[in-house]
Amino acid sequence: MSEKLRGRAWVYGNDVDTDVIIPARYLVTSDPEELGRHCMEDLDSEFIKKMKPGDVVVGGENFGCGSSREHAPLALKSAGVSCVIAASFARIFFRNAINVGLPIFESSEAVNGISAGDEVEVDPSTGIIRNLSKGETYRATSYPPFLQHLIEVGGLVPYVRERLKEKEV
Amino acid sequence: MKRTLASAIIASHSGESAKEGDICNVKVDFAFANDITAPPAIKALKEMGASRVFDPKRCAVLPDHFTPNKDIASAQQVKLSRVFAKEQGMLYWEVGRVGVEHAFLPEQGQILPGEIVLGADSHTCTGGALGAFATGMGSTDLAAAWALGETWLRVPPTIKVNFEGTPPPWIVGKDLILALLGIVGTQGARYQAFEFHGAAVKALTMDDRFTISNMAVEGGAKAGIFVPDETMLKYAKERAVRPFNPVYPDEGANYARKVDIDTSVLKPLVAAPSSPANARPAEECSDVKIDQVFIGSCTNGRLTDIEMAAKVLKGRSVHDDVRLIVIPASYEVYNAALERGHIATFVKAGAVVCTPSCGPCLGGHLGILAEGEVCVSTSNRNFVGRMGHPKSALYLAGPLVAAASAVTGRVTDPREVLSSDELQSLKG
Ligand code: SF4
Repeated sequence: MSEKLRGRAWVYGNDVDTDVIIPARYLVTSDPEELGRHCMEDLDSEFIKKMKPGDVVVGGENFGCGSSREHAPLALKSAGVSCVIAASFARIFFRNAINVGLPIFESSEAVNGISAGDEVEVDPSTGIIRNLSKGETYRATSYPPFLQHLIEVGGLVPYVRERLKEKEV
Repeated sequence: MKRTLASAIIASHSGESAKEGDICNVKVDFAFANDITAPPAIKALKEMGASRVFDPKRCAVLPDHFTPNKDIASAQQVKLSRVFAKEQGMLYWEVGRVGVEHAFLPEQGQILPGEIVLGADSHTCTGGALGAFATGMGSTDLAAAWALGETWLRVPPTIKVNFEGTPPPWIVGKDLILALLGIVGTQGARYQAFEFHGAAVKALTMDDRFTISNMAVEGGAKAGIFVPDETMLKYAKERAVRPFNPVYPDEGANYARKVDIDTSVLKPLVAAPSSPANARPAEECSDVKIDQVFIGSCTNGRLTDIEMAAKVLKGRSVHDDVRLIVIPASYEVYNAALERGHIATFVKAGAVVCTPSCGPCLGGHLGILAEGEVCVSTSNRNFVGRMGHPKSALYLAGPLVAAASAVTGRVTDPREVLSSDELQSLKG
């Protein structure tokens, strides 16, 4: 996970919930592409029409609150969002994002600094967020060591695969 | 070390010291998914290379969200889940016997005091009413628990909630939790656990406690746990499918925050659009006209809820401009409501009574809202578009406010509709 993430910022407020990220009426499937097509539909119907792959979603506090649907980070990822930056994340969304491989960064500083449309670049290996439009730099909170390990081995699926092999031995 | 209930349960399952903030690997007692979250979990389980779940008697799939299947796509999801569950020998209950997961599993004795329970559904925290550390996760985390019989948990700081005083008969569990959410907000308990105490708790029915634990997640909490007492242990013992060890918090444990709520002065509340923490007295919203009322869901679809609503509707009619949809949350509830005559009361009053399902709660089926429509719902979320059109609006309330509103066609405090005799006889 060392490649830099770069795109324009889409800025939303606090409590962006999973029902607006992907409305339940679309949960008759878990096909990522289909989910991606309806991403953020109930909050901002322009988003999916105008966003470009690599764009960054910026939220306030408690991003991803609500349901446990993994379909939410999956929809964002599949729509082409390169990462989400928020002041804080709801806990289930936080776990789900790591599990499906959607990069997320916690930084109030960045949230306060970034305006809609700013060009943003994030270095996932250091958690450094650069606002290219404003020439500012912010820092994301680092993950606890266990989670860092989980991300390094490629996420929960490879982690469990290894654990199962150890158990067999 | 003096432990909170959350920390004590995690410690008993991890063999680690489980200090606040520690990430612990814990044994999982029970793990379940529903018709929406099971298919991705099954896929993840296969990718993990697991051929069997860790213990088929502790793993379950419940078809409750879009069932009875509302369309071909949802039928496919249910079929995939069912075939997998049968192959694995896991617990699976067919439509006609199943209920909304968080109402049904406690009835079945599958969630027990002192346990760690995981569900691929955010309202898994409902199990806290049984003194379990029960928490919602996504499908991949659930798959990991199915594969390993373990998960990782960060030991959360705990907010001690004291529900003090004696609530009047027209104050129900929903009013208590809406009052709490009004104080802590939608993220005041993020990454934390609630632990419920106080004089009012002793008198609360299990149904009221389920309602309260159910909405812990609306404050951002990962668990909302009651301390085992006589009421809880009686309920658990009558139903338990396996032995269990209740766990208690230590006297003098360290709490991140304390919240005291005097229940004797509470008024019937609603959560106005579009946040469960937007609590206000129902009487202050009495000019809000409504199109629909939904009584049901994992929050308030239990027998006590149905009974309260029936008491309001007995001898009254649903307002001409309102659709009242009643969905008992399980067949145990449905059968009891039938035997006690409540279903007849609803139908005579002009309500629609549907088979146990999540129904319209998440905008699935059986009562979706059109643009501009307003609904009073006993469910737990009033987010934008939750029950249908993004421009529909939801007021969350307990069964008494919901039923009273169905009668008047406006958001209504039950004290406006019920006589003082009726009010006094609401409980018991
Ligand atoms: S009733 Fe509503 S909140 Fe409860 S499990 Fe079903 S959809 Fe979720």
